[in-house]
Amino acid sequence: MPKQAPEERKSNFDEVALGYSEEQALAEASRCLGCKNPRCVKGCPVGVDIPGFIGLVKERRYVEAARRIKETNSLPAVCGRVCPQESQCQMSCVLGVKGQPVAIGRLERYAADYERSSGAQGPARTTRGGGRVAVVGSGPSGLTVAAELQKKGHQADVYESLHAAGGVLMYGIPEFRLPKDIVQAEIEYVKGLGVNLHLDSTVGRLLTVGELLRAGYDAVFIGSGAGLPHFLRVPGENLKGVYSANEFLIRTNLMKAYRFPEYRTPITVGRSVAVIGGGNVAMDSARCALRLGGEKVYIVYRRGKGELPARLEEAENAEEEGVEFMYQTNPVRFIGDDRGYVTRMECVRMELGEPDASGRRSPSPIKGSEFLLDVDTVIVAIGQSPNPIIQQTTDGLEATRWGTIVVDEETMATSISGVYAGGDVVSGAATVISAMGAGKAAAASIHNYIEKRGQSAT
Amino acid sequence: MYQVTEKRDVPPNIKMFKVRAPAVSRKAAPGQFVIVRTDERGERIPITIAGAEPEEDTVTVYFAEVGASTRDLGRLGEGDGILNFSGPLGNAIPVKGYGEVLCVAGGVFQGVNLYLAKALRGEGNRVTCVQVAKGMDHLFLVDEAREACDESYAVVDDDEGGGLKGLVARLLDEKKMSRVFTFGPVPMQRAVAELASARGVPSSVNLYPVMVDGTGMCGACRVTVGGATRFACIDGPEFDGASVDFDELTSRLRYYTPQEKIAMVLNERGVI
Repeated sequence: MPKQAPEERKSNFDEVALGYSEEQALAEASRCLGCKNPRCVKGCPVGVDIPGFIGLVKERRYVEAARRIKETNSLPAVCGRVCPQESQCQMSCVLGVKGQPVAIGRLERYAADYERSSGAQGPARTTRGGGRVAVVGSGPSGLTVAAELQKKGHQADVYESLHAAGGVLMYGIPEFRLPKDIVQAEIEYVKGLGVNLHLDSTVGRLLTVGELLRAGYDAVFIGSGAGLPHFLRVPGENLKGVYSANEFLIRTNLMKAYRFPEYRTPITVGRSVAVIGGGNVAMDSARCALRLGGEKVYIVYRRGKGELPARLEEAENAEEEGVEFMYQTNPVRFIGDDRGYVTRMECVRMELGEPDASGRRSPSPIKGSEFLLDVDTVIVAIGQSPNPIIQQTTDGLEATRWGTIVVDEETMATSISGVYAGGDVVSGAATVISAMGAGKAAAASIHNYIEKRGQSAT
Repeated sequence: MYQVTEKRDVPPNIKMFKVRAPAVSRKAAPGQFVIVRTDERGERIPITIAGAEPEEDTVTVYFAEVGASTRDLGRLGEGDGILNFSGPLGNAIPVKGYGEVLCVAGGVFQGVNLYLAKALRGEGNRVTCVQVAKGMDHLFLVDEAREACDESYAVVDDDEGGGLKGLVARLLDEKKMSRVFTFGPVPMQRAVAELASARGVPSSVNLYPVMVDGTGMCGACRVTVGGATRFACIDGPEFDGASVDFDELTSRLRYYTPQEKIAMVLNERGVI
């Protein structure tokens, strides 16, 4: 797929991957064998009819192809861009055994983008008559639950804490990887199904889960995400210039700090930037830092290249743009100047031992290998846990000691009757599509729950 | 949109807004805050709630025009809409029977302090209130404080709390205070907390570090309390005054001072 050249793109926030031309899409679609027993579909957490939509692309029926995807996935333009297809649908593709699998994600993106730019109207609102469901959070899981319930004839009301809907799609993933007007267009589609969206509404503060149930909702879905950033807990971490990745990305993406002062939210990026961590969030942070003027941007990761949790494609994009990778390195402390701004970071080299619980070789510090690195900005991207507000304000809601909500893995039901949960608040930080898969499962069981309740009431 | 239903100017640079936000007005409690965004380009500005009038569907806030964002907000007039008004956020201060309490507020926080003082008095506490301002003509809500509290004092002082310290020390020595509550500039809150600690009186300080989302997501508002990092937005804003690392807090509050100065100048000249 064509991309902006690294030299050019590292100084703008425009989308990096430019998408297929029609010829490219047709050529790629023609490779699909249209298997009778498609293994790719089994690899998709929401079960998109992949051979079906690719068949429509082959016939140049692009709008219908997009509609086919939307029967099971309400956010195709998002998923076509940010799903890790290489470890899901495409990993199962028969063609992948001897060569390249069909580029399913790119075709999904092509169909979704075609439909959006053609201005084709989405389906009409579905008829009412079902139950009422409150959905907490408008990220990937919440939007999926709301859309699916709406399609089943229920009324879904989404409560979002921030001033924009989309959750991590808006505040976390950068514009150059997922343009925000595309996210908003897919949210408009979900609203078009009849979903009510309430912004500025922090559940747990403005309304509690108990109050939502007492207000007459038949069920509540909690999809509040993994918003609480982890820190390293080393000296100097509260110096100015040390950001959590969440803060750095919220300022950049949601608040558009790259357009300060026209947009009023400031951000500081010095010459030398160290991003701590090796996941997709670390890659996003590093690539934002480059675009915000960082001259030297390092990824500092405690394990080796083979253990990077980020998608290979994202690590490659970062490397192409000039991000430098420091493997088997870990910060020990941060050192500041007399005004309290970070100036240096003491690191230690790590050696890799036996595999740990995660199956990856566990890192341990090499004594005497400490060294200093000059840094003006540090971005800590070592993970997030669930936001605690809802767990703290909901009596009887069972949670683990990591703060994740306990659910029945099949039904996504929590310890409270009528209350369901899914996405990162259950799994801990994971992917957009796995949250959508959880949302789909939750919508199915909420539907059953409401139907059963209706029967027992009559 | 959230409509400004009433606006008042308070010298030297403070604005009072009553804002129509029915759901927030029903839930707000002393010590909590809202996050306000004036328009599409606006910052998320945390502002402490100074009153809620559920019968009128409104929430009262006071804010000082100290930067481009607060000036943008201050330009709105009665009838205008604020784009976002999210809250109530943060933990409410526990309002219960403490006995004899002292409520000390500096600068823009007089309304916030009175909101708490009234609630505490409603629970049967004997409330002494101290209002601090930089000049005589900067004192406001003085009559309201006299009416709402058992005793009230208004003093002129700088941020360091020189003259204030004498008054607070005397009140703490004369009366057996069960607790001191304080709102205002960090040096002032610190001075009050230290006077209380020296006399073994528990103090509650209310901290507003730099915030973005206000819901625990970004960690910009981290403060060190009792040696551990806490988030003011979800663990506070109220903390034990004896345990806060005020030096770190002061430093972190100055994080964006250079950027704020640039934005302020451009804003004044009408460039942004």
